[in-house]
Amino acid sequence: MNTRWWFLLPARVWTALFLLAPLGIVGAYSVLTRGDYGGVEAPWTMESYTRLIDPLYLAILWRSVWMATLSTVLCALLGFPLALFIARAGRRKNLWLQLVLLPFWTSFLVRTYAWLFILRDTGLVNTVLQRLHVIRTPLPLLYNDGAVLLGLVYSFLPFFVLPVYAALERLDGSLAEAAADLGARPLSTLRRVILPLSAPGIAAGCVLVFIPCLGSYLTPDLLGGGKTVMVGNLIQNQFTTARDWPFGSATSLVLMLVSALALLMMMRSPATKEML
Amino acid sequence: MEAVLELRAIAKEYTGHRAVDNVSLRLERGGFYCLLGPSGCGKTTTLRMVGGFEQPTSGEILLGGATVTGLRPWQRDVSTVFQNYALFPHLTALRNIEFGLRERRAADAREKALRALELVQLSAKRDSLPAQLSGGEKQRVALARSLVLEPQLLLLDEPLAALDPRLRKAMRAELKAMQRKTGITFLFVTHDQEEALSMSDKMAVMNKGRIEQFGTPEEVYLRPSTAFVAGFLGAINWFGKAGVRPEATRVAYTAPEGLPARRGTVESRLFLGNCIHVHARLAEGGQAICEVARDERQFTEGEEVWLHWHPADELRFE
Repeated sequence: MNTRWWFLLPARVWTALFLLAPLGIVGAYSVLTRGDYGGVEAPWTMESYTRLIDPLYLAILWRSVWMATLSTVLCALLGFPLALFIARAGRRKNLWLQLVLLPFWTSFLVRTYAWLFILRDTGLVNTVLQRLHVIRTPLPLLYNDGAVLLGLVYSFLPFFVLPVYAALERLDGSLAEAAADLGARPLSTLRRVILPLSAPGIAAGCVLVFIPCLGSYLTPDLLGGGKTVMVGNLIQNQFTTARDWPFGSATSLVLMLVSALALLMMMRSPATKEML
Repeated sequence: MEAVLELRAIAKEYTGHRAVDNVSLRLERGGFYCLLGPSGCGKTTTLRMVGGFEQPTSGEILLGGATVTGLRPWQRDVSTVFQNYALFPHLTALRNIEFGLRERRAADAREKALRALELVQLSAKRDSLPAQLSGGEKQRVALARSLVLEPQLLLLDEPLAALDPRLRKAMRAELKAMQRKTGITFLFVTHDQEEALSMSDKMAVMNKGRIEQFGTPEEVYLRPSTAFVAGFLGAINWFGKAGVRPEATRVAYTAPEGLPARRGTVESRLFLGNCIHVHARLAEGGQAICEVARDERQFTEGEEVWLHWHPADELRFE
């Protein structure tokens, strides 16, 4: 037993207790039969997995992937310019960073609820528009895909901005100057120098947004009004109302698999590979 | 001769301080020029204004007879070799050199880039990333990347500063040869007087945002127009109001007849390889350095000596 082994011990115990053991439990549950009042019973069965092939569930899974992809793209489109702006803000840099992090000062739940007050029929947006006589009847801003997307992008934007900011901040300013000097206009410099060099940050940002979006539960539940079911809601449902723990466990494992696949794909993309 | 670059009374003001103050300069096509000065003298700011990275507060910049004041870097036919080379880390040596050609949609970008690589003797490194190149190789890629565009004027911002001293000296000759071979006008910024003296056709010495003297290395070294220029270009002994370079200062045990001389005591002897520097404390106060041949055995520590010089070697300033 050398020192190295002892130093790694806490990490190993932690991984075993809080990652492998729960994962094992979920794995075991997924191949057992549901109990009448929740829980699991014998015998072993693959039924939960075969049920997942049902088009209804595949549609939910597909819809989750689609929403997560859309959120990631929107976060990238909004987050990259913001990160670039902050990286070049000079002495104001820290102020802008603090503002990006400001939402984390309150709970995620409270912030999502706040959107309810902004978007609902008698909420801020509709009231103001009605007072200004822009609209007569309230706009349906809440309980649809748009609201869920808005909530997801709002919640996860900082997770995109921070790694991209870190990548851009490390970039040597003279590289952009060199590109301009060699005849590149700003857009060309962005495409040929800044984007390729911040690719690892962008890939990290995409992963940090895509994976939590894929498994998100609270945002679609509150802002989608139960109509916009994503896989997170499906899982939650199985463990509470439906009391079908094996099916919930199977769905969880499939979600993990999809996330892992997405992670693998992003890590293998040419943009990131070039930098590794 | 046609002027490739003309600076007309350019100035750059930052809040509360003038980095560049009323600088005028005329560079003729095909020459090797140096801007020499201590750090903070405004030489880099001047270079950045020529490159288009900074805009002058006042004054005018003409390139090939046309004003470029206010134009952005990509609109100017000048190119810069940056102090840290600023090579694109994600592109190979060849791709770095092709960068500007592709921006100009040059049809024969690949051939031109390959020829440029050959010019700097790096054909073998065409597919290496900057991280795999040595300091000297990076420097050559940066040079090739700019030269391949055949700019009217090449700006070099202390390009040798990051190299080790031996390589630095070798690169001086190489840079000068490169300039002669390509015929492109070079404007080289440095704080190293030896570099400026050895490479320039003409050099400008800057201090506190102003050009103190512009001339050939011989003129500037032998007939400096200000005390600052004299002191910056090399060691100088002050005998009252007269300044004399160490190599023009003689040392003897007796006062020579008909020549200006001062009494002093030898404090130390420094063997420099090619010569010996005798440091003497003057009787009237102050110190003087005298360069003697390396086989000189006399004038050891503590001896009383006379320092003398020829009046023609005196440098005098108002």
